[in-house]
Amino acid sequence: MSVESRVVSGQQPRPLEGASDPAAPPPTGRTGAAFRGLGLVLALAALVLVGLLSIWVGTRGIPFTATWNVLWNPDGSETSVIIHDYRIPRTVLGLLVGTALGLAGALMQALTRNPLADPGMLGVNLGASAGVVVAIAFLGIAAPLGYVWFALAGAAAASVGVFLLGSSGRKLASPERLVVAGAAVTAVLYAFNWAILLLNPRAFDQFRFWTVGSLAGRYHDIVLMSLPFIAVGLVIALVLAPSLNALAMGDQMGRALGVNVGRTRALGAVAVMLLCGAATAAAGPIGFVGLAVPHIARFVVGPDQRWVFAYSMLIAPVLLIGSDVLGRVLGAPGEVQVGIVTAFIGAPLFIALCRRRKLVML
Amino acid sequence: MTAVREAKASAPEPSPGSRPGPATARDLPRVVTGRVVRTRSGGVSLLVRRRTVAVTAALLVALVAVMGVTLTTGDFDLTVTEVLQALTGDGTGIADFVVNTLRMPRLVTALCVGAALAVSGAILQSITGNPLGSPDIIGFTNGSAVGALVVIVVLHGSMTQIALGALIGGLATALAVHLLMIGRGIQGFRLVVVGIGVSALLLAVNSYLITRATFQEALEAQAWLIGSLGNRLWTHAHAIGIAVAVLLPLALLLSRRLSMVEMGDTTAMALGVDVTRTCTVLLVISVALAAFATAVTGPIWFIALAAPQVARRITGSSGPALLPSALMGAVMLALSDLAVQRLFAPALLPVGTATGCVGGLYLIWLLVTESRKSRA
Repeated sequence: MSVESRVVSGQQPRPLEGASDPAAPPPTGRTGAAFRGLGLVLALAALVLVGLLSIWVGTRGIPFTATWNVLWNPDGSETSVIIHDYRIPRTVLGLLVGTALGLAGALMQALTRNPLADPGMLGVNLGASAGVVVAIAFLGIAAPLGYVWFALAGAAAASVGVFLLGSSGRKLASPERLVVAGAAVTAVLYAFNWAILLLNPRAFDQFRFWTVGSLAGRYHDIVLMSLPFIAVGLVIALVLAPSLNALAMGDQMGRALGVNVGRTRALGAVAVMLLCGAATAAAGPIGFVGLAVPHIARFVVGPDQRWVFAYSMLIAPVLLIGSDVLGRVLGAPGEVQVGIVTAFIGAPLFIALCRRRKLVML
Repeated sequence: MTAVREAKASAPEPSPGSRPGPATARDLPRVVTGRVVRTRSGGVSLLVRRRTVAVTAALLVALVAVMGVTLTTGDFDLTVTEVLQALTGDGTGIADFVVNTLRMPRLVTALCVGAALAVSGAILQSITGNPLGSPDIIGFTNGSAVGALVVIVVLHGSMTQIALGALIGGLATALAVHLLMIGRGIQGFRLVVVGIGVSALLLAVNSYLITRATFQEALEAQAWLIGSLGNRLWTHAHAIGIAVAVLLPLALLLSRRLSMVEMGDTTAMALGVDVTRTCTVLLVISVALAAFATAVTGPIWFIALAAPQVARRITGSSGPALLPSALMGAVMLALSDLAVQRLFAPALLPVGTATGCVGGLYLIWLLVTESRKSRA
């Protein structure tokens, strides 16, 4: 990464504790691997810490020692039920959704070589939610379990639309064009969603809390439902990482290095669709996680996609669960939906990235 | 949209200079034709282009037609005479109620809001030199919506207070975007992208305000947020009417300077225009128009984006065609509202859903044609 982008990254809000040491340069070679490995361990520690925080902090104040005891020895008391039936599934869901969104963002940025790519900004999450709106309003599907297929279909349609629009001819889309294309698709879908929901107040009430992105009220079943899709998407993404490294030097260079460009792109798109669709079906459209996290990861480990993916998978849930906890603390006695908190964290970062003198292609 | 088609169909063989198709605009020199109207002393001299006059007249006809259809049809059909009688004050009881209490305020609101949004968009697109630089895309409308929503949900304020809140919100957003773009120029895609980011942030604020509200309030706020003309009373019509009556003449007065600003800062300065001051004043007018429109109906998408562009294309004007834009905006919004009311008859769909769908599709078309016209 260039010096300039480093400076900008320095202005980012850094919601993660101890994930990295911003002053240390990303070194290379053998020491580099050790440094990156250490960073990974730190990120994991941060994740565990945030996870515990998420289990401990909530509407019902429970002392930490009690939380800790009940966590390991469920005793059927009220506290135990709260912890085991509500807070732990919620945290696990945050872990799952965060991982999916972070990885999807990293994947999208690598595929489009676009620093502004984000499933939220490019309309993919809204595509998924349009699928869900159709499912709720027309097919009367009430359980999030049924949403997932519709979300996947919507995400796929939206992402194909945005990429076709954003890329002009055979050239790769410029960062700005892609964002504007995303805004166009978002506008259409947004109007479409609300047209349907306002005609159907019952669907509106059901949709109201789902749409801003929330981790509340979705438990075991949803975790189990979205897990297979996210797992498949995750495996595809990780397998693709080395090819994406080669593609970072341009299509021709990638081809010369033995990468099947078309197949890599197609598989990558499938992975993005699986990850975004499942995450959105589970928690509603949550924006900006996929935007911010890969930038933080690249700032720490440099451009190697394998490391960027690994870091993104760990940092994203820290950000998402952290935002969820923050939303619960700030919104007490209610809560602020996590999608709103991530927008407050992510949008300034997005603007800071846009203001860079030159939007470097990744 | 009928107006557009009519005007296009009625226009004879387009003369070379007057059709700003993407390719021809650059290749051919722009021929300025028309009649110059001067006062005897030469103090005032205006170039009147025949085509602009024709388009303006066609738009006026379309406007009257839309008004006629809106006022006569609906759940309770009226004849033209009955409507005219009601308007002049001696209609029967029921016609009087239907026309003067139900249909007229809504229609007047639609016309004024449409005109306000279109002029706001025309000014902003002209200053930024970018067809995407309209207040709905770069976040000013969302800023006004935040201001208004705070007044509605938190303070439960009156119409005047809502308008004031919207104005403050819009101006603050404009200031924020301006500060963010300092040293980077305000032209080009970058402004649009920064605006989209600001817009997204403001949308999150709106979502937050909505979840804080009760269910009934939330439903109302959401209908307002998508842009609605339902249940507009004379207070709404008066609010936006006054704003347009004050701000539109000001904008028209400055439109000559605006077309000089379009030629580039240096040329404009050489022509004796104080660029910074002109731009600032026009920007404030533009933001104020969008803010008052938003306060009355909620953020309505697309009118500010498309109306000025369509007007400019069919008039073949080289500068910002503010008056045709205003008429075009009024016709578009009134027509969209008519379509929403009649096509989805028993349901009360806010007009913003229609303009949003059409506007998004227009934006998509804009992107497709832009990409054909070499990559910028």
